[in-house]
Amino acid sequence: MAVDKNMHVLIVDDYKTMLRIIRNLLRQLGFVNIDEATDGSMALQMMRGGNYGLVISDWNMEPMTGLQLLREVRGDAKLKNTPFIMVTAESKSENVIAAKEAGVSNYIVKPFNAETLQAKMVSVLGEF
Amino acid sequence: MSSTIDRDLALHLEALRKQKGDTVKVEEVGDVVRSLLASLSGDVSAGDLKLYGEVQALAAYIHNAKVEIAALRPQDIQHEYIASATDELDAIVGATENATNSILDAAEKLDSLSSDMTPDVGQKLTEQITLIYEACNFQDITGQRITKVVRALKHIEERIDALVLAFGPEVATSAPGTSKPDETAPLTDQDLLNGPQLPDQAHDQASIDALFDNI
Repeated sequence: MAVDKNMHVLIVDDYKTMLRIIRNLLRQLGFVNIDEATDGSMALQMMRGGNYGLVISDWNMEPMTGLQLLREVRGDAKLKNTPFIMVTAESKSENVIAAKEAGVSNYIVKPFNAETLQAKMVSVLGEF
Repeated sequence: MSSTIDRDLALHLEALRKQKGDTVKVEEVGDVVRSLLASLSGDVSAGDLKLYGEVQALAAYIHNAKVEIAALRPQDIQHEYIASATDELDAIVGATENATNSILDAAEKLDSLSSDMTPDVGQKLTEQITLIYEACNFQDITGQRITKVVRALKHIEERIDALVLAFGPEVATSAPGTSKPDETAPLTDQDLLNGPQLPDQAHDQASIDALFDNI
């Protein structure tokens, strides 16, 4: 099934410039409904009030980290199937393992390029 | 004989406890050891003498360590160098963030123009803009790395705090022979190499012009 580029995408990062970069890259890929949150708790609140087809989240944020957000999402009956990509500078093996165990859909290490972002989105959502 | 020494020692320790309490500062350890040694009289064994000698050497070592730590001027490290380094690093984060936002502003304006161009040219422009977006990743990474360095500096600051507390107030103040530079002395060429000023301390061009015109 083709990916609906009108679906709502939520990007989560405490660096405003990073939100801006990801938003622009997503726009170039044809996605138009992009919302932003600056930490996990804000993202969770937005997810509970909205209908997101994809979450792209940083890890290292306060007060709620990306990993905590992921666990909350996977533990929530309504949200648990939401595709969730972690985009982070945390590149240690234990981080990747922890994220995988928490149910992350894919994992991108910063700094990343548009090609990697697209490839990971395709692997999670299917071709678009 | 040994029991006499033990009893004398116990009496002396009790007197010291009354005088200084149960907690003795590191800086007072030397005094306590000297006082104990002075109180010992009569026959002592060769083993006792060796032990006392080692305790005395330990007291001298602690005293020397104190002098050397004082010479490092820990409060200068804490209040001047670490504080300054932290401010400089914060300024780097702020400056790179501003620069990145300016680059992104320009890239977004170019991006919006691509639809006005022929598809071929528009596509080429979009590809180059994508490279700019990708390159702007650096701001997030450098920001996170600098945050780690700031945390490390704060950790060092806490350790210095603990050291100053353990060794007493005189360690924190100026040590002999390590006085601060004379601020009234004429500036040397080296004194003029300060690098960029922090934004809240820097003169803007208007104040430089005013200063320049008034010299």
